[in-house]
Amino acid sequence: MDALIFDTANAHTFVQGFAFIGHNAGFLAHKALQQLALAGAALAIGAAVALPVGIALGHFHRGSTVAIGASIVGRALPSILLIAVFLTVLGIGFANNMAALAVLATGPMLTNAYEGVDGVERDVTDAAQGMGMSPLQILRHVELPLALPLIFTGIRIAAVTVVATAPIAAIAGGGGLGDVIVNQASYRLEGVLGACYCVMLLSAGVWVALLALERALTPRALRSHRVPDAGDQSRKEFL
Amino acid sequence: MTAAGPVIPNFGHGSACVTGDHLFCWDWVRDHWGDTLEPHLVQHVELTLIAVSIGFAIAFALALLTHRIRVLDHPVAIVAGLIYTIPSLVAFQLLIAYSGLSTTTVVIPLVGYSLVILYPNIVAGLRAAPPEVLEAARGMGLTQRQLLTRVELPLALPAIFGGLRIAVVSTVAIGTVAALVGDRGLGYPIFQAMGLPTPFRTEIYAAGALVVALALSLDLILVAARRSLVRWTR
Repeated sequence: MDALIFDTANAHTFVQGFAFIGHNAGFLAHKALQQLALAGAALAIGAAVALPVGIALGHFHRGSTVAIGASIVGRALPSILLIAVFLTVLGIGFANNMAALAVLATGPMLTNAYEGVDGVERDVTDAAQGMGMSPLQILRHVELPLALPLIFTGIRIAAVTVVATAPIAAIAGGGGLGDVIVNQASYRLEGVLGACYCVMLLSAGVWVALLALERALTPRALRSHRVPDAGDQSRKEFL
Repeated sequence: MTAAGPVIPNFGHGSACVTGDHLFCWDWVRDHWGDTLEPHLVQHVELTLIAVSIGFAIAFALALLTHRIRVLDHPVAIVAGLIYTIPSLVAFQLLIAYSGLSTTTVVIPLVGYSLVILYPNIVAGLRAAPPEVLEAARGMGLTQRQLLTRVELPLALPAIFGGLRIAVVSTVAIGTVAALVGDRGLGYPIFQAMGLPTPFRTEIYAAGALVVALALSLDLILVAARRSLVRWTR
């Protein structure tokens, strides 16, 4: 970590950060794509594990401790620790970082999928049953559509967490824009600042895009005008 | 960044377990509790408490403001959401360029993150009072201020505690990144052990276990505090 050399900057350097983006647009875009690939892979793996488990637990109304505990433990696990631990197991590189980020992604997705399916009103599922639907049909045609907004909130929180954490992966050879941020010796302060701006833009962009998608996917009647937030207070009830 | 003190671990002078790079060396933990683990644990607790306290004060003031002036709520919530998307690595790095390797650099992002977690929870709490309760309170002749202190705030306590729990746990976790700004918190031993040619596992696992244990124990303390303060639920 001694490669990190810092010095303080004046306002001019902050402006030069933007100039760096202009001069190295292609290079930064390449790094950004690298970062998105890492984040996307981690998110996909996390979703493949978390969503089926969360949906199944919610459908059978079991395992609330596990489902809710997942996000508490997920919050308590620092990204650096996960990356460090997987570094000792998988060595330096893509696999280590993808595994660490995938673990980070599971918490919010698991909890929200569980809450979404578990929270479907009993009256509704009873009515569906009375109409002769099989449990699988109830899941597909009743529970999942109603749970979709919450499931999607979980995916959005996980996606932003993973994209925002990915720069830290550069410490363990993960590539992406973090490579530039932790390598001031090569890119100088303006390069570091430029990459910082790009990372901020990237994660804010992901947040806004997914928020818009979530709005579009939510049935009009279920929409609230509240902006879904960082602290997911929608789940305050269990705390 | 290379502060005084020996590089840890010293493979030349360690025990057989340490030099042999075993999975976990209890003897290293015993030997270095006093000079490595304990001081960083104390730093970590301090950082967390300072950050969450300041964050809470600001979030509380903001929530009271937007509770009174509803139009502000939406913009403030969007800004808070955007702040939360700023990666911690970037936040620390940008501030290092501005305020150097100082405590301010460490505390500002941590305050920011806990603030944006606490704010929506406090707001949700203040809105939790059912309309009929507010009606009844007004009917009893309570002023706006009495309404806030005697009805809305007590009813907001569960949500506020919910927010505090998330904020404390998250701040402990994000606090590990603060080690980028120098020798601060439990992230530092983790960074050091990672940066070695062969990552030193004992140090990573020991410091990591302490971070998680710290987060979960602070969480338990808040649960206990909530139990004793909010007696009317459960």
